[in-house]
Amino acid sequence: MHIIESGNVAAATGVKLSRAQVIAAYPITPQTPLTEKLSEFVESGELAAEYIPVESEHSAMAVCIAASTAGARAFTATSANGLLYMSEQLHWAVGARLPIVMCVANRGIGAPWTVWNDQQDTISQRDVGWIQIYANDHQQIIDAVIKAFRLAQTVSIPVMVCYDGYLLSHTYMPFEEPAQSSVDSFLPTFAPTHFLDPENPGNFNTVTLPDVRPDVEGVIAPGYIEIRHTLHQDLRAALDTFVEIDREFKKEFGRGGNPLIEEYRCEDADFVAVCIGSLSYQLRDVVDGMRENDVKIGVMGVQMYRPFPDEAIVRALAGKKGVIVFEKALSYGNQGALYADIKSALYKSAERPFIHNYILGLGGREIKTQHLLDALTASCTSPDTFEDAPRWIGLKL
Amino acid sequence: MRKDIIEIRWHGRGGQGAITAAKIVANAAFVSGYKGVVMAPTFGTERRGAPVFTSLKISKEKIYDLSPITTPDMVVVLDHTLLEEVNVVAGLKEKGLVVLNSPRPVSEYTFDGMTVAVSDVSKHAVEAGLPPGIVNSGIIGAFAKASGLVDIDVLVQAIENEFSGKKPEKNARSARIAYENTADNTADNTAIGGNK
Amino acid sequence: MTTDKFCSMLSRSKPGPGDGGNTGSWRVLRPVINLEACIPAKRNKMACFHCWLYCPDSVVSKTIPPVINYDYCKGCGICAEECPAGAISMVDESTPLVEDK
Repeated sequence: MHIIESGNVAAATGVKLSRAQVIAAYPITPQTPLTEKLSEFVESGELAAEYIPVESEHSAMAVCIAASTAGARAFTATSANGLLYMSEQLHWAVGARLPIVMCVANRGIGAPWTVWNDQQDTISQRDVGWIQIYANDHQQIIDAVIKAFRLAQTVSIPVMVCYDGYLLSHTYMPFEEPAQSSVDSFLPTFAPTHFLDPENPGNFNTVTLPDVRPDVEGVIAPGYIEIRHTLHQDLRAALDTFVEIDREFKKEFGRGGNPLIEEYRCEDADFVAVCIGSLSYQLRDVVDGMRENDVKIGVMGVQMYRPFPDEAIVRALAGKKGVIVFEKALSYGNQGALYADIKSALYKSAERPFIHNYILGLGGREIKTQHLLDALTASCTSPDTFEDAPRWIGLKL
Repeated sequence: MRKDIIEIRWHGRGGQGAITAAKIVANAAFVSGYKGVVMAPTFGTERRGAPVFTSLKISKEKIYDLSPITTPDMVVVLDHTLLEEVNVVAGLKEKGLVVLNSPRPVSEYTFDGMTVAVSDVSKHAVEAGLPPGIVNSGIIGAFAKASGLVDIDVLVQAIENEFSGKKPEKNARSARIAYENTADNTADNTAIGGNK
Repeated sequence: MTTDKFCSMLSRSKPGPGDGGNTGSWRVLRPVINLEACIPAKRNKMACFHCWLYCPDSVVSKTIPPVINYDYCKGCGICAEECPAGAISMVDESTPLVEDK
């Protein structure tokens, strides 16, 4: 059934259909309507979950960690400074290998205070080890939430589903709400690999020595570095796992097929614009316009940012004349994080395109289609005038 | 950049229901075959009573650009007192349409070269049995008559769905009365129904 | 130590009415001072001024009598809450303004 609702409601509906069992969240703009909707679902009995209001985001994640450790399907959501406030617990959740799912409505970070969209919040958390999936419209939000629960419990790694604050969180558009029966058959009942079980007692995440050691039964137990190496290996393997999950999702629901990157008119393109989030859809209009003027250009949205789908990206971009990376975040003091990642991935490629970086839209600065067109035109027509340092779009002072 | 998108900007005050009105029209447009429907409220903080606007874009194809409307084809004004505070016709395309809730006759309004349609929605809403100040269902009737974009029966159905549990019949009646009592400033007043 | 070369822009604005725009239009309830109960007005003394002190938007003057700038007053009601004499009432915004004599 198609409904017209906000992106936050699309996310909440996905959480309901996924039968989350424990929800702990602290409201923060622009995520607030998502948690409000979930509390309504719980209150009305549509969702049989424990909704735990907490006094901070740090506690929200702590509750999810506890609930997940106890064997429940746990969910939270946040934005911006709220995400950063839980950062210490994010590391804990992934180190403990807990399949928590979290939505992040992307928002700029204070100071100075802003409630508007950019992606500095989640991009700055790219190294914690969580899986990061980005949605470009409401259909992708609800679908990504359902897939995220499946992925998280398959690989025992928590997953963030990120979508642009306001642009998606507060904007209304039609999307298909999947049937509960279909979601139930796609997403098996939650059965974690490890949880607090009185029948099978265990210590979780105690002090772990630098070196391996024999445990009480004489079996060699891993040290810290082995456990962290395993996390990294599992994250890398999660790329293929997600492709497989997306394939099954498509079988059940008829949607998907672009789990890692989403390409638009890239096949014969000389130039490819690359970005994360809803901007990649806005760029489609620009690309269409440039195609009418015989510029062979396409756009690629990065759907999964961590683990980084470097092989898929190299396959898509190697041999192109130019790659233009637009980012609503950056690694301060260096350059765009995605830009650096893509450059690094292309380094091993024999046919390296030129690669440019634009920073734009920070703190909700409006991204005008004309600005995108001007930037792409400059990159395509005079690539040699560019430095490695990013150019900033839309500065007025 | 895309020419196939109809852009409608809704001006109201925080709490007046402009978002709900635009959402109802979005639903009715979608049911009428417009696959692309994007409705975006003012991004940021909203306060009760403060002027707000909502962007509604409608197209037969999927819409990718989520940025706010700057050059609308139509503007809908839920409260005529906003005219003193907000330039509601900012960016309005040539020969655009202004739909206005006002107790004053349409002849009192001139927006350079624009079509103006006026209905005393506040009054009609009370006639329909709604408490004073509920104008977001009624304005949809005026919009339907003036724009001809979506059929009034489809809109009324969308109103009843949205207001289920919140006086759906009275809200629907408010829209129908406003629909019948909307006047415009075209020479023969035939672009829309006759003046009363 | 900063020099002219560094930190040419940061988020800093002057306090006072108007930094957030013409916020008087947000008001639903309007604070009205009853000068017969207002302490500085009644005693003709520079005293009390809780309204001036607590107003989060600095729109009440420290004068006899205190004057509220309705161009910027958002109608939050803190002055009415804090006034020790109970001299400030919140009236519906649709009530016409009484012009000063």
